[in-house]
Amino acid sequence: MMQYDLVIVGGGPAGLAAAVAAKDHGVDSILIIERDKELGGILNQCIHNGFGLHTFKEELTGPEYASRFIDQVLERGIEYKLNTMVMDISADKTVVAMNREDGMIEIKAKAIILAMGCRERSRGALNIPGYRPAGIYSAGTAQRLVNMEGYMPGKEVVILGSGDIGLIMARRMTLEGAKVKVVAELMPYSGGLKRNIVQCLDDFDIPLKLSHTVVDIEGKNRVEAVTIAEVGPDRKPIPGTEIRYTCDTLLLSCGLIPENELSKSAGVALNPITSGPIVGDNLETNIDGIFACGNVLHVHDLVDYVSQEATTAGKNAALYVQNGAAADAKTVEIVPEGGVRYTVPKFIRPTEMEDNLTVRFRVGDVYKNMAIATYYDDELINKRKRPVMAPGEMEQVILSKKKLAEYPDLTKITIRIEEV
Amino acid sequence: MSIRELTCIGCPLGCALTVTLEETANGVEVTDVTGNTCPKGAIYARKEVTNPTRIVTSTVRVSGGTAAMVNVKTASDIPKSKIFDCVEALKGVEIAAPVQIGDVVLANVAGTGVNIIAARSIAKN
Ligand SMILES: Cc1cc2nc3c(=O)[nH]c(=O)nc-3n(C[C@H](O)[C@H](O)[C@H](O)COP(=O)(O)OP(=O)(O)OC[C@H]3O[C@@H](n4cnc5c(N)ncnc54)[C@H](O)[C@@H]3O)c2cc1C
Ligand code: SF4
Repeated sequence: MMQYDLVIVGGGPAGLAAAVAAKDHGVDSILIIERDKELGGILNQCIHNGFGLHTFKEELTGPEYASRFIDQVLERGIEYKLNTMVMDISADKTVVAMNREDGMIEIKAKAIILAMGCRERSRGALNIPGYRPAGIYSAGTAQRLVNMEGYMPGKEVVILGSGDIGLIMARRMTLEGAKVKVVAELMPYSGGLKRNIVQCLDDFDIPLKLSHTVVDIEGKNRVEAVTIAEVGPDRKPIPGTEIRYTCDTLLLSCGLIPENELSKSAGVALNPITSGPIVGDNLETNIDGIFACGNVLHVHDLVDYVSQEATTAGKNAALYVQNGAAADAKTVEIVPEGGVRYTVPKFIRPTEMEDNLTVRFRVGDVYKNMAIATYYDDELINKRKRPVMAPGEMEQVILSKKKLAEYPDLTKITIRIEEV
Repeated sequence: MSIRELTCIGCPLGCALTVTLEETANGVEVTDVTGNTCPKGAIYARKEVTNPTRIVTSTVRVSGGTAAMVNVKTASDIPKSKIFDCVEALKGVEIAAPVQIGDVVLANVAGTGVNIIAARSIAKN
């Protein structure tokens, strides 16, 4: 059996930044395990610009952003295994992995960081009537085909869902000569960034139809046409509003879910809202010494936040390797209310946490001219006005350790959206 | 006089901007911007109607490398009206591995004076 102080599952931006931080905090025995043939994760297929605005003050493409972190991993001589799939993680921190050269390997770790990223919601979950002809792809699969294999999935395209990957692919396929006829979004607002709506749809006169869904797919062997219809407030199609588009390709961009099969088998408790692990301020799960960061924890909008979060996880995993489990400390729960869907972390340890702790969350609806309010028990501590908040963009609150020290009897923190 | 409607991308608020344009001796001039909540919106609107630019990203084939494609980008932004010419100029371009980030793949793309550069490194196979 192999032994490492720290095993990191996943070599995407989260795994890479976590490894660098752990190494910089004094852990030398680190192994990153990645199932793909290269490091960098999903960023390798995201060739558009706009990554790293916050971190590097430059608009990098996905592979450029990834390479900055890959370089840091290589400079530090951190070990990694490619083409290696983690099959199982147990609560005693034994990792079972498999690859062609070594076959099945068992690795005993003192600490583990989960950084497996997320996957796209599959079309099975979408419940679209009609046949299942060829020509239906998830937007992420299409992104991989076009950008990494140089293969165009089709010539006339309809896109269901206005998540960022769908918007990016609308532009990409248009530039490659396809005709993108429409983007239909079930919700009354887009799940994507404004910037992408302007630069990927408006720039090319691609219509975005909000409150619309696909009601029929024609074609037996290959998609021939797609019919969309407007939906009412109950999200059911309104008869008489159908529009038919001839096309050979339907892309589905219907959201991402954290990839947590491994976490479950290790006994890691998940939050039903995020589908990611429940963690405290140090990003440790309910299992001692198992940490999580990046899209496996909750789906992020900007990769910069993934890197920041992963740095915190790497540092705390290093502390765990060096000092063992943290001493028992009082915990205070963060309760999301009134439009706040969840928070990461879910609880904090006021005496152990960082001086200024970033709590990230998403809201459940579009809010204009409202405020984010933070309460310590029933006392309003902070209220920050936000001109607009939308489910597609992450929000945050910063908690101060110094301030919390003034409330030794605190039982809960509430974060909610309120009138200004 | 003409009117153009834009969405500001300066922040998530996404203000709906209305831009008034006037033909003058010096060409088209912006005489009014409304709908912006902050000054950034007016600056964006002026640039967007007089000289809109974009960074363009795409891919080209690589021979003899560890990957089939390498992603590329314009080294700086180019006029929006040149986007399609730029992508057209990249059709059929193939480069040989090894490729380093920043390598010039195509100089002065579509007469813009801007180079197309590699945005990732690809090792030789
Ligand atoms: C299809 C798709 C497209 C995206 N496009 C964009 C975009 O255009 N812009 C943007 O800002 N964000 C985009 N995102 C979000 C993007 O994923 C995040 O910003 C960021 O990449 C998350 O980093 P991560 O390290 O948490 O996850 P990832 O980058 O997904 O990395 C996770 C890594 O873990 C590996 N892994 C998973 N399970 C195992 C296992 N069992 N064994 C070994 N290795 C494993 C995976 O192979 C992967 O390399 C996209 C996400 C997806 C799914
Ligand atoms: S005008 Fe100002 S407030 Fe409005 S979207 Fe642009 S940057 Fe944001």
